[in-house]
Amino acid sequence: MNAPLGTLDRPNSYIGRSVSRPNAKRLLAGRGRYVTDLVLPRMLHATFLRSPYAHARIVSVDLGAARAMPGVRLVATGAELAKLCTPWTGTLDHFKGMKSAPQLPLPVEEVLWSGQAVIAVVAETRAQAEDAAEAIIVAFEELPPVVEIDQAREPDADRAALAVADNLCFHSRLDTGSIDEVFAGAAHIVEEEFLFGRHTAVTLEPRAIIAHWDASEGKLTVHHATQTPYQFQDLYSRHYGIPEASVRVIAPDIGGSFGMKLHVYPEDMAVVGLSMLCGRPVKFVADRIESFVSDIHARDHRVRARMALDGKGTILAVDVDDVTAIGAFSTYPRTSAVEGNQVIRLIGAPYRFRDYRAELSVVFQNKVQTSQYRAVGHPIACTVTERLVDLAAAKAGLDPIAMREKNLIADDAYPCDSPTGYKFEALSHQASLKKLKALMDYDALRAEQAALRRRGIHRGIGIASFVEISNPSPAFYGIGGARISAQDGAIITVTPSGEVRCLISVTEQGQGTETIIGQVVADQLGVPRERVRVMTGDTETTPHGGATWACRGAGIGGETALQASRKLRGNVLLVAATILQAKADELDMREGVIVDAPTGAERISLAEVARIAYFRSDTLPPGVSAQLSVAHHYAPQGYPFAFTNGVQGCHVELDTQTGFVRILKHWVVEDCGRIINPLLVDEQVRGGVVQGLGAAFFEECRYDENGQLTNGSLADYLVPMACEMPDIVVGHIETPTADTELGAKGCGEAGTAAASAAALNAVNDAMSPFGASIAQIPMTPARLLRALGAI
Amino acid sequence: MSAHLPLTLSVNGEEVSRLVEPRETLADFLRRDLSLTGTHTGCEMGVCGACLVMLDGLPTHACLVFAVQAQGASVETVEGLTQSAAIADLQRAFHERNALQCGFCTPGMLVTAQGLLSRKALPSREEIRDALSGNYCRCTGYEAIVDAIEMVARRRAAGETATSFVEEPA
Repeated sequence: MNAPLGTLDRPNSYIGRSVSRPNAKRLLAGRGRYVTDLVLPRMLHATFLRSPYAHARIVSVDLGAARAMPGVRLVATGAELAKLCTPWTGTLDHFKGMKSAPQLPLPVEEVLWSGQAVIAVVAETRAQAEDAAEAIIVAFEELPPVVEIDQAREPDADRAALAVADNLCFHSRLDTGSIDEVFAGAAHIVEEEFLFGRHTAVTLEPRAIIAHWDASEGKLTVHHATQTPYQFQDLYSRHYGIPEASVRVIAPDIGGSFGMKLHVYPEDMAVVGLSMLCGRPVKFVADRIESFVSDIHARDHRVRARMALDGKGTILAVDVDDVTAIGAFSTYPRTSAVEGNQVIRLIGAPYRFRDYRAELSVVFQNKVQTSQYRAVGHPIACTVTERLVDLAAAKAGLDPIAMREKNLIADDAYPCDSPTGYKFEALSHQASLKKLKALMDYDALRAEQAALRRRGIHRGIGIASFVEISNPSPAFYGIGGARISAQDGAIITVTPSGEVRCLISVTEQGQGTETIIGQVVADQLGVPRERVRVMTGDTETTPHGGATWACRGAGIGGETALQASRKLRGNVLLVAATILQAKADELDMREGVIVDAPTGAERISLAEVARIAYFRSDTLPPGVSAQLSVAHHYAPQGYPFAFTNGVQGCHVELDTQTGFVRILKHWVVEDCGRIINPLLVDEQVRGGVVQGLGAAFFEECRYDENGQLTNGSLADYLVPMACEMPDIVVGHIETPTADTELGAKGCGEAGTAAASAAALNAVNDAMSPFGASIAQIPMTPARLLRALGAI
Repeated sequence: MSAHLPLTLSVNGEEVSRLVEPRETLADFLRRDLSLTGTHTGCEMGVCGACLVMLDGLPTHACLVFAVQAQGASVETVEGLTQSAAIADLQRAFHERNALQCGFCTPGMLVTAQGLLSRKALPSREEIRDALSGNYCRCTGYEAIVDAIEMVARRRAAGETATSFVEEPA
């Protein structure tokens, strides 16, 4: 562990304190302002006719009847929008050989998945637009759909998209060199084929956007429910040929995002063009049925993996083949290959072995695109690793905890790297496991399990260690050629009344970004938290930055705020010193008052300094000009990623008659570095766990052989409910990163990263008396009964 | 697209009269015609619970009721429940416990909680979880919501009353 920083660990520090979120009161009163709530003058509503086929050619289009419908202001085709918007391609330069077809807002010739938007209708009301969409006649010529991953990879397979030569989007291979020899000499080998279902984010507020092109100003204003307003400012500017400074993207209250709302969606790009064509604001809100067939999905991997062990249970090597199907396009601008890339690089990450080989195949098919969703790749890598570790423990005759104690990278072995190329600064697997074992009262649980088994009650205990990627440096998207910033910026101002305003580029989706930034600013500046107002989510007022994804809000946003606050504090003390005829380095600011640093004696209030600076600068000596606003940017420069770690435990009871699993309890010990607000961290972890348990037991986008989504509604797609979820115990180890003063890493994905792995191990543990096992999620009752041989 | 129909009802204690399309849902009526955007629509098929309002005192999916069906009824939305301070203690407990993140499900959660506590003064955690089964939350993992409702049940049982919520400083 790094030595804690004195100023961050003061007894009254705001950093490390559980404080509630000031901005949550508005939401509790029903006064949130989500994009779905917004109404602009002269606003029109868009809807889309969607393809009924997974793969087809557009033969002809008859729009006459639709154009004559009441309230209709525009019916637009792909060809019309293509005149305004340049195409985009979802590849990254550092993914060598990656390919994908160029995309347009709406297709011109070929539709590539069932539910793809084909024709746009704009009307005075959404209902009128939907009425008119029903009057559109499109003649499609069906093409053979590519649905399954093996079908896609056959040598003479039909192509999912005619514009690309074959169905292989990307292929990658990692190999440390001597894997075959290690496996040949191993005492034990365990292997398994894993299946990970497609699932999707299901943000409670669907995607929503209002684009307003004002020709008189040449200005585009977009209210966009997104995590990344700056990225969209850049994209709207470049694809529609509008100067960047004339594009304003505002992300107000967002009803959940989880990675899903940072991708480019054809409908969103179309709405910008529709506003240009209409000269009026145009709003589009996906309804839930549309969300299921147009929001990105995630996962959909088949992983074959094996692990080699010596006679004592030491892990020697891992060999992996991951195939993932991503839809017919790679998503823009982050691509659909990052998940697979992170799967093969994260497998085995908590463990000490050095020999590794992995093959990744990313293939096209005629379904909705997959892309980054909370804990990108982590649940897959973690499940593969942790199930193999449990299988290995059984082979070696070790308890799962003992197996992990034996093989985890030691807490004193850092810094070190993984055989897959990741560099770890400092992790705490051993301490985390020790803490988890105590929190769970593991030995007592095992004793209880044995006693209950004798009575025919089948409980299982699952453990899963994990590594989480957070705070990416420019070494990822930047190097890949994507204009996705790794830095963030803040402007902090002392107002004339001595209050503080912080405009910062990290954004808020309810996780508490504004709260923790306010805590950091208050703490580092030395003012009461109530006097700090944090503003986010508007490209016109906040500096350009990466915004919120990959858990970068605390680590990068927090450090930006810390450095900016220290700069501003220096400026304030300089002015105060001039006024007081004192030395700045002998002054301090505490709770909004400038004091003598050694004695704490009050000298002058911040409000008085601000009053003089703004209104009586004539009383300051010549040459002194108060700088009570500071603009500051920070980009990570040390390790390419700030890795975090932790371990989860899951306790389940399996009804072997019905296949139903009751999740009794779940535990998490995680290490996100310095914790700014324990209350918020715990709830991030709990929310993440529930998304992971959803994937483990319930959530799956199910397709038929024609590429039709068969459960695309909230009545059919199972989202975890309160009655199915357990209480979740959260514990912490704090290993601050030395790359920043603040020392914070990320915590938003830790819960999701390992929950499904712990659950899978728990269910397998419960089934072990029957000699049954499962390696597929979601673990539905039917799949469990099949695994048990009951059906 | 048939002719608009006259509708008169009480919303948050005020009588409201409008002409509405027969196909307009109560949720859309509240959000669009009355700008009461605290009522949210997440699925428009009665599953997610984001649109729950009090209809004649009972939690009701506003997305499953046509506006015209509420003729003569009394509707309370989160805005009205906030103004009357009827749920101030729930709001305070949700705030203290951080029982919300994005806040999109929250108005529906508050309506369900209020309905539950009016039926049963001291529900168990299992009963609270069961009552919340028609309310999806994608952010919190539910535990903090259960904690907050449990806390309010105890406070109400102990005779604590709440003053209004939003006017307090954050």
